[in-house]
Amino acid sequence: MLNIRDFAVSFRTRRGEVQAVRGISLDLSEGETLGIVGESGSGKSVTSYALMRILDAGGRIKAGSAVFDGRDLAQAAERDMQAIRGREISMIFQNPRAALNPIRKVGHQLEDVLRRHGRATRADARAKAIEALEAVRIRDAEARYDAYPFELSGGMCQRVVFAIALACGPRLLIADEPTTGLDITTQKAVMDLVRDLTRARGMSSILITHDLGLAAEYCDRLAVMKDGQIVETGPAAALFADPQHSYTRKLVDATPRAGAGLRDLLPLEARTPLADHVPGDRALVQVRDLVKTYPGKSGPVHAVKGISFTIREGQSVGLVGESGCGKSTTSSMLVRLLDRTSGDILFEGLDIADIPADRFVRDKRRSQIQMVFQDATDSLNPRHSARQTIADPILRMSDLRGTALQTRIEELATLCGLPLPLLDRFPHQLSGGQKARVGIARAIALDPKFLILDEPTAALDVSIQAVVLNLLADLRARLGMTYLFVSHDLNVVRLLCDHVIVMQGGEIVEQGPAAQVMDTPSHPYTRTLLAAAPKPPTTNTTTQAAKSAAE
Amino acid sequence: MAGRTRAIGMRLAQTVPVIIGVIVISFILTRALPGDPAVYFAGAMADAESIQQVREALGLDKPLVTQFFLYVGDLAQGDLGRSISTGQPVLTDLAARLPASLELTLSALVLSCLIAIPLGVLAAVRQGSWVDHLCRVLVTAGVSLPTFFTGILLVYVFYYLLGWAPSPLGRLDFIYFEPPRVTGFYLVDSLIAGDLETFAATLRQLTLPTITLALFTLAPIARMTRAAMLQALSSDYIRTARAAGLSRGKILFGYGLRNALLPVVTTLGMVFSFVLGANVLVEKVFAWPGIGSYAVEALVASDYAAVQGFVLAMAFLFVTLNLIIDLSYALIDPRIGFDTK
Repeated sequence: MLNIRDFAVSFRTRRGEVQAVRGISLDLSEGETLGIVGESGSGKSVTSYALMRILDAGGRIKAGSAVFDGRDLAQAAERDMQAIRGREISMIFQNPRAALNPIRKVGHQLEDVLRRHGRATRADARAKAIEALEAVRIRDAEARYDAYPFELSGGMCQRVVFAIALACGPRLLIADEPTTGLDITTQKAVMDLVRDLTRARGMSSILITHDLGLAAEYCDRLAVMKDGQIVETGPAAALFADPQHSYTRKLVDATPRAGAGLRDLLPLEARTPLADHVPGDRALVQVRDLVKTYPGKSGPVHAVKGISFTIREGQSVGLVGESGCGKSTTSSMLVRLLDRTSGDILFEGLDIADIPADRFVRDKRRSQIQMVFQDATDSLNPRHSARQTIADPILRMSDLRGTALQTRIEELATLCGLPLPLLDRFPHQLSGGQKARVGIARAIALDPKFLILDEPTAALDVSIQAVVLNLLADLRARLGMTYLFVSHDLNVVRLLCDHVIVMQGGEIVEQGPAAQVMDTPSHPYTRTLLAAAPKPPTTNTTTQAAKSAAE
Repeated sequence: MAGRTRAIGMRLAQTVPVIIGVIVISFILTRALPGDPAVYFAGAMADAESIQQVREALGLDKPLVTQFFLYVGDLAQGDLGRSISTGQPVLTDLAARLPASLELTLSALVLSCLIAIPLGVLAAVRQGSWVDHLCRVLVTAGVSLPTFFTGILLVYVFYYLLGWAPSPLGRLDFIYFEPPRVTGFYLVDSLIAGDLETFAATLRQLTLPTITLALFTLAPIARMTRAAMLQALSSDYIRTARAAGLSRGKILFGYGLRNALLPVVTTLGMVFSFVLGANVLVEKVFAWPGIGSYAVEALVASDYAAVQGFVLAMAFLFVTLNLIIDLSYALIDPRIGFDTK
């Protein structure tokens, strides 16, 4: 149905031509679901935009063909493409709320597409649009017709985008990272819906994702892309069980999954033994009846509703929940950037909640409680070099100056695996993984006892996530730090944490040792979360090891 | 809907302290100006006694606080005082002159929007093409040429050299009669009266000053349109619209331009309030009997009542304008609903 041959796409930039896709060939048959998997910069999204011929200015198809139903999409006239887009091939995107026109009612946006492709007239457009909303199982579609995107949740917006994509009965759906930024249960609901509806209509689909686990669960066949080329294709299970290409193996290894340890995520040669960390018995942080209430437009918003837990010295505690569950509010209060409404936070037995957040900066315990932020790019000052960034907390909170300071910075960089020559670079000259290392080095610069990690790997590619997680585990063992690891990714939490706290709607619904919570969850919400996480096919690491040893 | 009405009421109530502040500040500022109006109006031949007489007649011998309360008391009755230079009540002067300025400013803004918005859109769509360069040249020229210069240049070329334009002397050539006054806008009034000849004559008088002002206001509007349009066109929803196969026109205008309008409307409001106060130069060049030249003359003469009346009228205009902009915001962007405030 779709045959792509030697397809190449390039972009004109100020520094000459950049080849984004370098001659790929793919086939997709009727009713098949193909997953294109790769890390950022691999050219997977560019491929899909090129197929739709909606590349940004400067991008063009350089060579090759993409024959869809006898027509070459690479050569077709723009007029023909307009008829194909939306009617024959349609797309859904990441960040669904931004993908909808913010100032137009969703019903009208659907009507635009229906009327454009002659599927509705002025008279019956409204009814057809509501029908299309019902098709993607939006409850109360009649009322949603008049909603603006900002009035809908992210999952609901993705359903609307999906409704627009399906409205004219296309035969091929391209889904470009459709669930990035959505909660894990929403992700499952959206992906199940996409699978069910495309199957029911006999459509083919292409799922573009960085998440190998997700792709394996929903696709018949996978194509792995790297640097604009396809390195391997094959059925999902086979790819996982026996990856042929070294890059595929690296990706498979780096994907967090049941039964794999932290070191299993790394390439074989990097799997040094993991140093043990033994949680002590003394309580480092005790939280008692912590409450945070924000004043809202329509009454107070209860973000955190009286939670209590204890973090022991040397322990790594995972704080899990979906957006809006209060986990970020909790971590902000613990790191003393936000004042609580009521309740106690005891650090080494002394209450720190009474010190206002803006005065805590002068407390000597400020250096003991530090944080690694979610977005490695946005949390670095773009005009400070890595060296200045790491020096910042030391200059503020200690007396280290001159050569001693430089020695300390270099020691920290080495500890975090940041090559010393990179210290004088600015954030925009560093890769995502390197920026994450700078962020971690800054956080541990003052030898904190307690480190709060707010989704530190959420924006990273899986292979880099694997490295950063291992770095965190090594640092914990070497420096004896206590972690509070905030995340929505249960697979990651399981790898790093001893103890897990599950939050929902501002309350703790379940807490306990990681293995216990993960394997025998007692609360239904925990079970829902666990069921929603994509489950990559298990790989047998020992056979792999044996295989590569034989090679 | 009830919430919306209440929100508009709240928004109106917020303007009260602004007006009070303007009254106090304009009163104090005019008193702080150098120059003694009594001396000015007693004339060059006056002696100390007649100056004192004038001072008492104007009420300037009383303490400042008393003067202020007398002024506020008059204001409450709708009396803005009497201008000592024209001898007319200030309210009458303003009513006669404000429409002249408004007519000029509004027609200049309409003209510059008609040129600037399409130009900005085209420049954004064809980034780097000749339209884009033309836009850049016009914008640079518009901001760098002072209005009195372009005004005089236009008069020199089109009136003196080519003789296409009528003499730059006011709103209407002396051979025509003013249309019967309804709105004070000659264009509208002449149409109401059905007098097409006067309408055409008014239009001829308006053309050069309108172009002068439009050239000046073109720049910020065109720039903002281009920037807002570029941003709108690079957003995700445009990509969705393209992927859904919507037509180019629908994508550009239905999706792109409507989203780009928000910052343009803001700029428009700023330009309008700025120009209304600043077009005194254009009014001088074209002998336009507007509010700007009136204010400058009053200021030179230390004509307290006239200056205060002018400042107050401007404050009312700005407040109304801001209200209109806020309301049109809510119309364009559903996210800025009044109900959520």
